[in-house]
Amino acid sequence: MPSLFSKALNGVSVKHCKNTAGSAAVRMPVPEKVVIPMLQHMGAPCEPLVKVKDTVTVGQLLGDSDAFLSAPIHSSVSGTVTAIDEFITAGGDKCKSITITTDGQQTVCPDVAPPVVNSREDLIKAARNCGLVGLGGAGFPTHIKLNPKNLSEVDTLVVNGAECEPFITCDMRLMLDRTESIVGGIKTVMKYLELKTCVIGIESNKPEAIEAMTKAVEGLPGVSVLTMKSSYPKGAEKVIIYEATGRVVEEGKLPADAGVIAMNVATISKLYDYLQTGMPLVEKMLTIDGGSIAEPKNIIAPIGTLIKDMVAFCGGYKSEPKKLLMGGPMMGICVMSDDFPLLKNNNAILAFDEAQCRTVKETACIRCGRCLRACPFDLAPAAMDKAYHMGNVDKLRELKVNLCMECGSCSYVCPAHRELAMYNKLGKRLLREAK
Amino acid sequence: MSNLKVVAPSPHFRSGETTGSIMLSVVAALIPAMVVSFLVFGPRALVLEAVCVAASVLFEYLFRVIMCKRDNTVRDCSAIVTGLLLAFNLPVGIPLWMAVLGCAVAIIVTKQLFGGIGQNFANPAIVGRIFLLVSFGGQMTSWAAPQGYLGVDAVSGATPLAVLKSGAPLKELPDMLNMLLGIRGGSVGETCIIALVIGGIFLIWKKVITATTPVVFLLTIVVLSLCFGLNPAYELVAGGAVLGAFFMATDYATSPVTESGKVIFALGCGIITMLIRAFGSYPEGVSFSILLMNIMTPHIDNLTRKKPFGGVVK
Repeated sequence: MPSLFSKALNGVSVKHCKNTAGSAAVRMPVPEKVVIPMLQHMGAPCEPLVKVKDTVTVGQLLGDSDAFLSAPIHSSVSGTVTAIDEFITAGGDKCKSITITTDGQQTVCPDVAPPVVNSREDLIKAARNCGLVGLGGAGFPTHIKLNPKNLSEVDTLVVNGAECEPFITCDMRLMLDRTESIVGGIKTVMKYLELKTCVIGIESNKPEAIEAMTKAVEGLPGVSVLTMKSSYPKGAEKVIIYEATGRVVEEGKLPADAGVIAMNVATISKLYDYLQTGMPLVEKMLTIDGGSIAEPKNIIAPIGTLIKDMVAFCGGYKSEPKKLLMGGPMMGICVMSDDFPLLKNNNAILAFDEAQCRTVKETACIRCGRCLRACPFDLAPAAMDKAYHMGNVDKLRELKVNLCMECGSCSYVCPAHRELAMYNKLGKRLLREAK
Repeated sequence: MSNLKVVAPSPHFRSGETTGSIMLSVVAALIPAMVVSFLVFGPRALVLEAVCVAASVLFEYLFRVIMCKRDNTVRDCSAIVTGLLLAFNLPVGIPLWMAVLGCAVAIIVTKQLFGGIGQNFANPAIVGRIFLLVSFGGQMTSWAAPQGYLGVDAVSGATPLAVLKSGAPLKELPDMLNMLLGIRGGSVGETCIIALVIGGIFLIWKKVITATTPVVFLLTIVVLSLCFGLNPAYELVAGGAVLGAFFMATDYATSPVTESGKVIFALGCGIITMLIRAFGSYPEGVSFSILLMNIMTPHIDNLTRKKPFGGVVK
């Protein structure tokens, strides 16, 4: 915990809109087809290991890569591969995608069996074989996260149950409905990585989740639940690490350098489930919400399910959706059509109606200083906006644009509606290109 | 459903606050002082305020049209604030054409020629006032006596600060109650301390401004008047310090953005104000102090930039 005298990190108070908090996740029926892109994680895309017309089963390895930073991808359905195409992700990266027409049988791959884990090496191997990536949104491969170079200096596990994005409630449902898996995962990671303490950070707007987790970890040595003020972006990795331990992850460093491993509740519970069943990461719990969705709810869907199939399961559109988001409204990415598939690191699909996506024209900065007071990292968004528009690379470097995590707090508060977070993103690119 | 969707950068949620809503909050905060100006100085005060607002808005609109600026910024209501603040800084009897000229200097010269809202380096209303003060010294310092609408006896026409400056004893000034209520000679909007403080607190509550600037500015005045052997209570309420501290020194474009920068800025304002009042030839120094500190703002901003969280100095 930060000391009483240290300054709290800034943030913004956003409307919570947790409409689906009361809906336990429902498993949707297997769709007719799934599209599984070979890039669903941070790092190198996988190469397909199957060919068109191959028959695949649930849990079968579909793609893998030799690259250090990558994670294998498994089939979420049983059926026949009908196409292997070029695919452009919402972030603009190119990879292959495998289209599978399902047979509805959901035959499980014979390779699926609980792994034998007796050591840290076994656990890391299991995380890789599971295809596990950071499910909070970043998609960082878990087997790399669990294998820091300075393991002896790492002593704390921070479990992220903040869920600070508006609308999204799937992590909260997980904490209520799959409490044992989370606790099991915490025990496993602490045991094999020899971590002494674990802090589970949850925002105060989820009292039920705090209660359930506090009860579940009672009597576990070193494990505690931290109630955090509901202020966006409490769930950002560096922010929650600071809140939970008082440690600062410095520029260009990893959480492990601060002696911390940070994992999302969904990641840690999937890791535990994999050790029990041997079923890789092939389905995802997520929130479907937004003004255009007839019956917003939490669902469990196979990876690769198209947005339109998930929306149909939620009663379809009740009004014309104007904007489709993968993720929450603060950091989510727009997709152009509902033919886009569900990815591993997706935790919400939001279909915004007309009223929810009014665009307002950008006007001149009035130097009100709201962005400075909103930025959790004390950056100067308005100054970076100016430096970016002047193409001043040195100034961008001096202002440390690279520290920006694109949380969007600055754009959220800007009364001139300036796209400050986007300019930071573009500023980072300018800096990269200038090198 | 083949039609394309809106694609926009995140975040897809906004606070709903706009430049216009902020400016209207400032206008709302000025309304109590506006009402008192009518009660103290009569209908001419309202006429002056209306003329200044209309002229400022018109100049803003016309300049944007004539200079073929892509957007007309007249809708952001900032010209209303400038016009109202300039009127607040003028004596009630000033010829209206002079007031209009002041608005032209404020809006066209100070604001628009530097690029419009957010780009000006000096507070437009302050520059407008100083321009009029140095150009038309006579009209700018001929103070009408309050008309006694509040049912109180009218008091002398000279401003309390001028009385103090002349070395007259305190008993020649209106008593403190009249000073707080604004029943005294002076600029149209500066006299009623209670109304101004209510407006200032409203702005702090609405988070339009922070308390830093006014608190430091006014505290500096109190401390320095004690040092210079002046009466701190009268120094605080007798001039334009309260109007300046809450509404002029807090102008976004021309004051520092960080809280530590605001402390330096307000400290400088207080020191210059008191130096002018105690040793200068003018009885009042608030507008000069704010203008001088406006010029320092970019340097203060550079010196007080916050250290990024986790940033490493290379």
